[in-house]
Amino acid sequence: MSEHRLQTPLTEEDVLQLKAGDKVLLSGLIYTARDAAHQRLIQAIEQGKELPFPVQGAVIYYVGPTPAPPGKVIGSAGPTTSYRMDKYAPKLYELGVKATIGKGKRSEDVKKSMQVYKAVYLGATGGAGALLSSCIKQAKVIAYPELGPEAIRVLQVQDFPLLVINDVFGHELYVQPKI
Amino acid sequence: MRIIDAKIITESIAKLVVEANLYLPEDVKQALESALRQETSQCGREILSQLIENYKLAEQTGLPLCQDTGLAIFFVELGAEVKVNGNLMEAINAGVRQGYEQGFLRKSVCDPFTRKNTGDNTPALIHVDLVPGEQLKIKFMAKGGGSENMSRVTMLAPAQGFAGIKEFVLKRVAEAGPNPCPPIIVGVGIGGSFDYAPILAKKALFRRLDRFHPDPDIAEKEAELLQAINELGIGPMGLGGKTTCLGVKIEIHPCHIASLPLAVNIQCHSARHKEVII
Repeated sequence: MSEHRLQTPLTEEDVLQLKAGDKVLLSGLIYTARDAAHQRLIQAIEQGKELPFPVQGAVIYYVGPTPAPPGKVIGSAGPTTSYRMDKYAPKLYELGVKATIGKGKRSEDVKKSMQVYKAVYLGATGGAGALLSSCIKQAKVIAYPELGPEAIRVLQVQDFPLLVINDVFGHELYVQPKI
Repeated sequence: MRIIDAKIITESIAKLVVEANLYLPEDVKQALESALRQETSQCGREILSQLIENYKLAEQTGLPLCQDTGLAIFFVELGAEVKVNGNLMEAINAGVRQGYEQGFLRKSVCDPFTRKNTGDNTPALIHVDLVPGEQLKIKFMAKGGGSENMSRVTMLAPAQGFAGIKEFVLKRVAEAGPNPCPPIIVGVGIGGSFDYAPILAKKALFRRLDRFHPDPDIAEKEAELLQAINELGIGPMGLGGKTTCLGVKIEIHPCHIASLPLAVNIQCHSARHKEVII
C-alpha cells in the first residue's frame, strides 16, 4: 500500500496509479454535494444546463458541514454515507468526475461505472469532522445557497487524508463480514 | 408542588445541546482508548487514533465532533410534583432552536416530502415519562442520520427466541457494514409492541458503556451479542479489525403472547448524549 500526494483536478493518469488500500493526501479545489444538491445537478444535466463547477477531473465530497464559527472558514466537515448518492454517481463519473469522497459501501452500478469511466471512490473517516475541518483552508458556497448545509461549496483543501476504497480495477478495501 | 419556569428549561436545553455536540461522554472516550490498546489491525488502529484526536480537537477548537449534529431526541422524566410554568414541549424546542443557532450546529431537519429544511433543527422528538418526585430530568441525544438509517425493527415469532434475536442483530450489523461509522454501539429493544421496541432500543443507548443490564441473564446476552458482533471482523470504519462494536445495550418490556418485537438501533462511535436535572 503506497501513499500518494495528489492535486486536483485529477487526471486519468492520477487515478490509474491508485489501488484499493492506498493512502491519498489530496490538495486543491474540491466540490461538496450531498442528497439535495445531487438531485439538482442531475436535473441540470437533464435540462442541458451548465453545471456549477468544472466537472472534468472534479472531485466531489459528500458532506454537509456545520456553519463556520467566527474566525474559521468552515465548521465540522466529515463525510456522509455515500450510498444515498449511488443513484446519481454513474452519470457524474461519465461526465468526467474522477473521484467521490464519502464513507460506506457503493452499489454494484457505481463500482462498474468507476471501472468504465476510470474513476475512484475515496473514503474519509466518518465522525472525524473536527479533524478533517483542519485540512480545509477556504470554503465558499457556489450554488443552491437555499439548500443551507446541502448547498454546493468549493473547498480548498490541503493534504486531505483519504483511503482508496474502490479503485478503477474493481478492487475494494472494505472487508466482508464473517457471518 | 415545585414550579419550574419554562425559561429555565429553554436555557438549560440550549446549553445542553451544544455541550453534547462538543464533548464526547467520558465512557465513550475510554472505550475508544481501550479499543486502540487492543486493536491489532493497522487500518483499525489508525482510524481509532483519528477518532481520539478528533474528540480532543473538538474540545480545543469548539467545533462539533461530527458535522451531523443530529436530530434532537429527548427523553424527559417529569416528576409528578413538578408544575412547568409555561409549555414544556415549546420550552425544549426553543432551547434546541437557540442552541443549534448560537452553537453553530448544523440544522438537519426537513419536511419528508418537499425536503425543505425547517432551518432551526426543530421539531425535536420528545418522549415524556411521568415519574414520582419533584425533579425534571432531561436526557438529550444528538442522533446522526447515518447510523439511524442502518437501524431496523422486526416482529419475530415467539418460537424464534434469543437465537432468532441474535441472528437478526448479527445480520443487521453485517449488512450495515461500514455505513453507520463503526465502531458502533447497538441498542436492542425487545418486547413491548411494534412502536415501543424501538423506543426501548433508543433508551438503551443512554446507558454507560461500562454498565451491563442489572439483570444478570440479560447482561450475559449483551456480552454474548457484543462478542459475536466483534467476531464479524468489520472493524473501525469497515476496514477490518477486532473493534466493530463498543457495547450492546438491551432493554426489555413484556409483550403480547403472540409477539416478539425486536428493534436494533445502531449508534455511531460519536455517541453524543448528555442529561440535565432541573
